[in-house]
Amino acid sequence: MITYLLLADALPKSPQSSTFWLPKAGSLSAGQFDWLYDFLAILSIVSVVGVAVAMLYLVVKYRARSRVANEIADKTPDHNTTLELTWSIIPLFIVMAIFVWGFKGYLDLRTPPKDALEVNVTGQKWNWSFTYSNGMSDNALHVPVNTPVRLLLTSVDVIHSLYIPAFRIKMDAVPGRYTEMWFQSTEAGEYSIFCAEYCGAGHSRMLSRVVVHEPGGYENWLSEQQKKMNSLPLPELGAQLYQKQGCKTCHSIDGSRLVGPSWKGLFGRKETMSDGTVIDVDANYIRESIAEPQKRIVMGFAPAMPTYQGKLTDRELTALIEYIKTLK
Amino acid sequence: MTSTTTVMNSPLTGKSSASPPSFDGARSDSYLTHDRGLASWIFTLDHKRIGIMYLIGVMTAFLVGGVFALLIRTELFFPGRTLMDAQTYNQLFTLHGAIMVFLVIIPGIPAILGNFVLPMQLGAKDVAFPRLNLASFHLWVLGALFLVLSMVLSAADTGWTFYTPYSTTTSTAVIPATFGAFILGFSSIFTGLNFIVSIHKLRPPGMGWYRMPLFLWSLYATAIIQVLATPVLGITLLLLIAERLFQIGIFDPALGGDPVLYEHFFWFYSHPAVYIMIVPAFGVISEIIPAFSRKRIFGYKFIALSSLAIAVLGFFVWGHHMFTSGQSVLAGTLFSALTFLIAIPTAIKVFNWIATMYKGRIHLDTPMLYALAFLWVFTIGGLTGIFLGTMSIDVHLHDTYFVVAHFHYVMMGGSITAFLGGLHYWWPKMFGRTYDEKLARIATGVVFVGLNLTFFPQFILGARGMPRRYYDYLPEFTHLHQLSSVGAFILGAGFVMTAVYLIASLRRPINAAANPWGASTLEWTLPSPPPYYNFHEAPVVTAGPYDGYEDLIYVENLQGYVPRPKDGAEGGSGVPPEKRAEIANTSKPPGVREPGVNADGDQSDSATETQKPGEEA
Repeated sequence: MITYLLLADALPKSPQSSTFWLPKAGSLSAGQFDWLYDFLAILSIVSVVGVAVAMLYLVVKYRARSRVANEIADKTPDHNTTLELTWSIIPLFIVMAIFVWGFKGYLDLRTPPKDALEVNVTGQKWNWSFTYSNGMSDNALHVPVNTPVRLLLTSVDVIHSLYIPAFRIKMDAVPGRYTEMWFQSTEAGEYSIFCAEYCGAGHSRMLSRVVVHEPGGYENWLSEQQKKMNSLPLPELGAQLYQKQGCKTCHSIDGSRLVGPSWKGLFGRKETMSDGTVIDVDANYIRESIAEPQKRIVMGFAPAMPTYQGKLTDRELTALIEYIKTLK
Repeated sequence: MTSTTTVMNSPLTGKSSASPPSFDGARSDSYLTHDRGLASWIFTLDHKRIGIMYLIGVMTAFLVGGVFALLIRTELFFPGRTLMDAQTYNQLFTLHGAIMVFLVIIPGIPAILGNFVLPMQLGAKDVAFPRLNLASFHLWVLGALFLVLSMVLSAADTGWTFYTPYSTTTSTAVIPATFGAFILGFSSIFTGLNFIVSIHKLRPPGMGWYRMPLFLWSLYATAIIQVLATPVLGITLLLLIAERLFQIGIFDPALGGDPVLYEHFFWFYSHPAVYIMIVPAFGVISEIIPAFSRKRIFGYKFIALSSLAIAVLGFFVWGHHMFTSGQSVLAGTLFSALTFLIAIPTAIKVFNWIATMYKGRIHLDTPMLYALAFLWVFTIGGLTGIFLGTMSIDVHLHDTYFVVAHFHYVMMGGSITAFLGGLHYWWPKMFGRTYDEKLARIATGVVFVGLNLTFFPQFILGARGMPRRYYDYLPEFTHLHQLSSVGAFILGAGFVMTAVYLIASLRRPINAAANPWGASTLEWTLPSPPPYYNFHEAPVVTAGPYDGYEDLIYVENLQGYVPRPKDGAEGGSGVPPEKRAEIANTSKPPGVREPGVNADGDQSDSATETQKPGEEA
């Protein structure tokens, strides 16, 4: 509860939906999805109510008076082939129609247009990283409105699944292979992203956002980000990396205990390692823990951190260390 | 099935009934008191005792799994941390799933109710391989101990699906847990094998396939799945263990393996396993509805064969768990189409059950209330399956609470509701005692309300985008989670109530009639509780399993049914008229024997092919 209040600003916020069942629709395919979903919902409600009414009617109408009365059912046929075939074949046609609609929708979901904008997505415990055409990475997905976007997904550790409820799409990010998904957003705004495939302690915090930009906004955002990254003072860059690289999922900056040790007051502290040795947390230990996290673990914590070797530049590593220094 | 001059298929057979009925005599040879001492239970070869031991074991596991469920729902009452940290939560939902699937629902109906009822419905003395049956239970205990070992070491945090490469890289005790599931698989195979052979070889004279009770049809269909699908789970889990122990690259891409291969292997078993869990439930409902409607079941053959159709089709739909895994569009399409075909035999059953009630005379005792609850809950569970089988819809709903709600409606709502219905139906037969009917009806209502309140909000959560297996959630989902948690506690209260009055009933003196519901399958021709040897001689079956309700009359001071005395020589129950009159006039249940019939070694002249364990060559 407490951590959530503190992090409330970082949480994705879903736009208000106008329907009871589904989140606000934000993509072309969501429109396709919604009518079929509604159709199924109505069909189901009618069927369930039908079964319930039939059941209750029969129970009331044919309720036995008592065991002592020894009533026996009226003589009725105990099978009727025509009836049986009717209630087998009619549902068969209905479900086949549903199958075909589902198939068409699925085919659309799996067939991106050729000219789609490409974004590479990497899932990692417990963070999403989106890499854009200019090589820049961010942990939010930024896209232009009304443009087809194709995501190429993979994972560096276990299976994750990128899920955008507002777009009604989901695709697993599988280590060792690429999968793809695509969408075309229809309205500028922000929508939540979840990890839908269970991936461990930070699974429920592996959240992100899609930011759908108004026309022109996307290009501006890209170039601004690039400029910022190159000119930012180190501690500020470190603070951004803390947000973007997924550090925040496991390391708090307020002293609260998450999956890993809090960064608050970490620099210069004496820590006991899992093998009993006591060390001073200095720049070299932090650097080592980022590159080879399993080498020396602080006692009482699980060896859960993935390596960031090769994922951060020297400038970024230094920036993180400088940022940790500021967290007194 | 069409014989209109319905004949009691449950005659008081042979000389046992010709002797003066004696209530006490039946009791002294009851299987419950035939031998005494703990060892006489642990090493018994009697199918009834094995069924009771399964009942105790499975209900203990159900309690543990249920407590975990309540802890999970308590944690989810508020977003953020409520009771425990994320790691503990993940271990709890893994244990909840693994216990409920492998220890409770898969063995639930077949191993408890099936073991107890199947030989009696066949007019047999035991299952075909009593020792294998005992081995099945002992393996169940061993498998359970391995799950406990995993809990003690460091409970697995993988989810009950053990998806790789998470399961091969996490630091928790995955190997004991998977090895436990491996052993439980063999327990399940042994039960299945036993049932297949028993049904083929032990049916009594006159019981053709279409005179088998539908419960046996459903157990037969289930057994086929158990025997054919479970070995694949065994192989998969062994490969997983090999990968973890010896770093052999099978599923982990870091070692050159393929994680999607694991998903295929896993679901190749685990989807058919869904039918291991639900098909026996269909069988129970098919027994209850005709008996409490006092009417022959409608569409016997469609119900019987649809169980087999589901068992066979169930093998070809596993890929519908993988529409978002990157599986090819073609594969997904085939799996989706086949999935929809299963909707048909399932729908047929529901229609037939409802048609059975038409123009019946319906008694709303507890088993029937559970059957009605089942119809409601299972219809919802089945229809929401249509959403998930529809590919484009599944892409949104996959791995959300919608799926959680769907399979809880089917597993918890379907299997457990039917199990409870069956347990109440056969309870007087099992223990010779009746339970407090008023409390039982109230508890049924509490369970029904709790169940719907727990799981219905989860459909909405899922459709709105709440992913499953989340320790924490966005504030917008809070109210629906709280509703669900309140439901879970109501459900828990319903189960506690049920346990209390059922256990309390055991303190009563033996009071149950041989046939309290007026059902006409063979187990009801035996006294309650049944004697150790079940049938002294194999009964001869002359009619279908739901025929002959008009030949049973209710005797009030007996609280049960006895064969109707008939004048004239038409049909009849195989009992001479003067005997029928005698039986009807005594307040004794039919089928009771004089004391010591079996103890005298009379079974040597028995006409049955079966022998009781211990007498095997």
